[in-house]
Parts: sequence; C-alpha cells; structure tokens
Amino acid sequence: MMPLVQRYFWRALFAVTMAAGAYATFLRFWGGLGASTNLSDRFPWGIWIGFDVLCGVGLAAGGFTLAATVHIFNIKSYHAVVRPAILTAFLGYLLVVVALMFDLGHPYRIWHPLIMWNPRSVMFEVGWCVTLYTTVLFLEFLPVVLEKFKMHAALKVMKAVTLPIIIAGVILSTLHQSSLGSLFLIMPNRLHPLWWTPLLPVLFFISAVATGLAMTIFESWHSAKAFGRQLEYGLICRMTRVLAVITAVYLTMRFLDLSHRGALATLNQPGIERWMFGLEIVLMAVPMLMFFREKTRRHPLAVYLGVVMFLLGFVANRMNVSVTGLERAAGVSYIPKWTEVAVTLAIIAAGFAIFRLAAHYLPVFEEERHEEAAGPTSPRIPTLQGATAQGD
Amino acid sequence: MARAILFDSTQCIGCRQCEQACSEGKNLPYDDKIAAEEKTSAHKLTAIRTYGERFSRKLCMHCLDPACASVCPVAALQKTAAGPVVYLPERCMGCRYCMVSCVFGVPTYEWNSRLPYVRKCDLCADRAPKGEPTRCAEACPTGATISGDRDELIAEARKRLAENPEGYYQRIYGIEEAGGTSVLILSAVPFEQIGYPVNIEKTALPQYTWAALKHIPDVVVMGTVLLGGIHWLTHRKEEVARKEGRP
Repeated sequence: MMPLVQRYFWRALFAVTMAAGAYATFLRFWGGLGASTNLSDRFPWGIWIGFDVLCGVGLAAGGFTLAATVHIFNIKSYHAVVRPAILTAFLGYLLVVVALMFDLGHPYRIWHPLIMWNPRSVMFEVGWCVTLYTTVLFLEFLPVVLEKFKMHAALKVMKAVTLPIIIAGVILSTLHQSSLGSLFLIMPNRLHPLWWTPLLPVLFFISAVATGLAMTIFESWHSAKAFGRQLEYGLICRMTRVLAVITAVYLTMRFLDLSHRGALATLNQPGIERWMFGLEIVLMAVPMLMFFREKTRRHPLAVYLGVVMFLLGFVANRMNVSVTGLERAAGVSYIPKWTEVAVTLAIIAAGFAIFRLAAHYLPVFEEERHEEAAGPTSPRIPTLQGATAQGD
Repeated sequence: MARAILFDSTQCIGCRQCEQACSEGKNLPYDDKIAAEEKTSAHKLTAIRTYGERFSRKLCMHCLDPACASVCPVAALQKTAAGPVVYLPERCMGCRYCMVSCVFGVPTYEWNSRLPYVRKCDLCADRAPKGEPTRCAEACPTGATISGDRDELIAEARKRLAENPEGYYQRIYGIEEAGGTSVLILSAVPFEQIGYPVNIEKTALPQYTWAALKHIPDVVVMGTVLLGGIHWLTHRKEEVARKEGRP
C-alpha cells in the first residue's frame, strides 16, 4: 500500500507546487516586481538571483565535471554517469534562464548582452558564457536524442566534433562558474568579510566542481530508486572519495584566506553572520569527514545523507554570499515573499519532472555499461532498497 | 571641462528648492508628502536629509570610474566625458546589478511598474553641452549647491576650508571616495554624522572586478592547451591501438 500512497502524495505535492507557482507567476508579471517580491532599493537581489541563478548554475556543474573526467581525463569507469550529469546540466541551465526571466525587469531583453557589449562587466561575460555553454550542453546531449531515433549519420558527425565541444564546455564552465563569484568582487566593503575575498572566483569554481560531483551522486541515487535500476555503487564510493578531497582543498583554501585577511576575528562580533557562516562550514565539513571514513562510504543511506548535507552547505554558501553577507551593509533584513518562494519551488519541481520524463523516454542510462562501471572488486549492492534495509 | 557639483552642507538651509526644481525638470510629481520623504527613490532623484540642525543632500555622486557603468552587462549606464553618468533605458534589461554595485546606494527602481526602469540623477546631462548650471544649482537660494568644472570646484572647496578652518571639517568628500566623484561635498562635522558613507574604498571599484576579469583570455588559451594536452596524453593507448589496427 505504501508505494501507492507515496505515489499520490508526490503527485499531489507536484500539482500544488505547480499551481502555486502559476499563481505567483501571474502576480509577478501582472503586478510587477514590487508587488511580488520583498526586494527594495536597498536590497535589489533576492532568492531568484541568490538561489535560482547562483545555486542553479552550481548544481548543474556536474555536466562539465563529468564530461572532463571521462572525455578529457579518459577515466572510463565514470562513463555511466556522464549522460545523466549532462542532462541535469542542460535542464539546469534552461531552468536558470527561465528563473532569470522572472527576475529581470525587462525579461524580453535577455538577449541584449549579446549585441550591446560591455566587456568590463562580469555579468556580460556570464551572459555570454551561459548562452554558449547551454548551446554546448545541447550539443553534448544531442547524441542521446540521435541514438533514440537511430540517426547514425548525424551521430557520426557529432562524434567527430566531440573533443572541441567538450573542451569548449569545460572552459566556458570554468569561466562562468568562477565569474558568478566575481560578481561580488565589486562590493569589498559591503559584503561581510567572512565572504568577500579576492579569491571569490576561485572558491566558487572549486565548490562548483565538488557540487557537480555531489549532484551526480544525488541523481544516481534517485534515478536508481525511481527506475528500479542498479546503483553503480562502486563508482559512487569512488566519487565520494573525490568529493571529500575536493571539499578538503576548498575548506583549506577558505580558512587560509579567512585567516590571512584577519576575517576570523569577525566571528567574535554578534549577529546572524557568524551563525550562518558556521552552518555553511559544518554542512560541508561533516560530509567531508563522513566520506573519509570507509564505514560511511559502504553505507548507501549515509552516503545519501552526506551528499544532501553537502548540497545544503553549498546552497548555504551561495545564499550567504548573495543575501546574508549583504544585509548588514544594506541596513535591511530580507526575507523572501511567498511568491518568490513559490516560483523557486515550481522551477525545482519542473526540473525534477522534466528530468524524469527525459530519463524515461531517452537512452540516458545505458544498462550494458553498468558492469564495466562498477568494476570487479567494488562492493556490488543488488538494489538500493535491499542495501538500505540491510543497514550494513 | 568636466561638469561637477559642489554641495556645501554648511550653507544648506533645508528649503528643498533643489528637490522641487529637479522633480519639475524631470517631469516627476512633487508635493508636501514627497518633500517629507527624506530618501531618494524612483520618483525622487535627490533628497534633502535632516540631521538635527544640519542638512545634507543625497544625489548620484557621478563617480569618475563608476561601478554601475562597469557592471552593466548592456552598457545602459555610461560615464560621459562631460561628467554625468547617464542611463540609456532602451538598453536596460533590468538586472539591477547597478543597484547592487553602487557603494552610495544611488540607483533606484520603479518597483511598482510592470516594465520598470532604473532612475537616478543624471547631473542634468541635457543642460551640460550648453554649459548651463544643473537645475538644483540654479534653484539653490543660498549657493549651497553650485555646478561647474570639477577642478575649479575643488579649488573653490579648498579655498573655503582654508579661509574658515573652524567652520569646516577639513576634508572634501568626493576627491578620493571610490576613486573620485564628480559631486564634492563639504561639511562642518565628520561626513558620517550627516549621512554619507565613509567606509568607502579609495580606489575605483571596477578595479576589483578587473583584477579577476583580465585573466579570462589567458584562461581560455591556457585551458585549451592544457585540456587538449591532457586528452592527447590520456588517449595515447587508443591511438596506438587504432594505428595497429586493433579495436
């Protein structure tokens, strides 16, 4: 009985989310930004930028991370997760563009940066990179569609241009993942010292790479559950180790930077900042420590919880940079209006739904590759439900 | 000649003639209620603020190297040679990065409009070519606000500080704030006491961004070489196999 209840619960939740999102969309475009958001002259960017754009782009970083791992570094065991990662990235970027249309005062002018240049602007560069990279992701995902419809001639052409496309994708991603951090370089004395640093672009890039891996594990877990597939568990174990190492590098750089700038002293100052900083660090450090332990890595549920925690830590970081860290200087405290939250939730829900549909109808997961991916020595857990039930 | 404004707050009597002249010149509504709003907004491009006995004026500072113009992805904000930082609404897509980037909190937004634009003082850019004073300077009955060439106004400000050392806090706000601004301010008390932010960088803000942005061409070139090279190294085996006719 449980699955049936569960199924209707999720469908009902989806319907409610989309209905609320639709109403919020109406309010946004009929009433304007003033009526539908808690933004103000003092606080012009809210969660549509802080979460939908900053987090959305970061959460879609798996596309370039995995493409580089497999196609550039030629680590073949990751092959099974490249396509889902690219699909996530492609959908992620499309949804980021949709979200941006809500935030822009003149959404129909979203193409303006392509012809009205200002090369000194980080936003200009991000606009170009995101446009080009979304095209790259389309091309990277195209073979999946071509395969489905057995268009072999076109597939051959695509195969010949794979390498330049992949390289372009990795470079474009490197540029705009870091540039999302550079967006905040212009406010050195207003963004709280716990977050403002000349290293913002580097930190944004490293954390995006880690988040790309975390998202790939997250969606492998979910698609295994949703499609009754086998989980490439050996692969996931290896990915958590890489995730732990990248997080260690990230946190080391973060703390070295904080200490060199003397920013750690601000932890003595009362206020919300130090708690939000603590939250962000704990949510990243705890999964890192978990993934360094062999015992955790062997426990699928622990891996899942660790990954979710890490993703929340990533979101906390981006929200801190774009909201928490700016509130003191702005002299206001921003809490999103329900319409802002409703639009964001609807976009997330749409993302999940479209991913599910695409994964269902297109050859995103290739069954024959699982054997090779898992490897002979890695622990092989037959099905996820079985594994969690064992509580091994 | 680069146009600038000198606002001497010691001479301001809070009559708000500047506000009214500005609103009339820009076809904005102005009444007692709006006059009482002591902050700038989409319908009030300059505001007189009361600090006990003293008054101060908020308006766009017209930075020499403005953050807003540097961050705008579509170059809708531009610093003109004549001095004013002007806004080209037909370019604006409404990202509001200018508002986020401005250290003085100047650009405001038409939040209640369905197709909103950014609003801010443009130093009466329409009058600049003819050399006429700004509307606020023209309306000011006490000479607290005067407009003219920036260098001449700095010289005038220095003269006032020297002639009346007791009457003035001995600094000119706007000479080095954010790398220098076209609006210069004098005060009898430290500037933070009459509402001006003082925790402001002395270098032009766009430099902070440029420090990162300038590396982009190198990242592209180096990245291509590096990734192509790694690909070449890691795919050697397949290449050899292909040459030897193995699968």
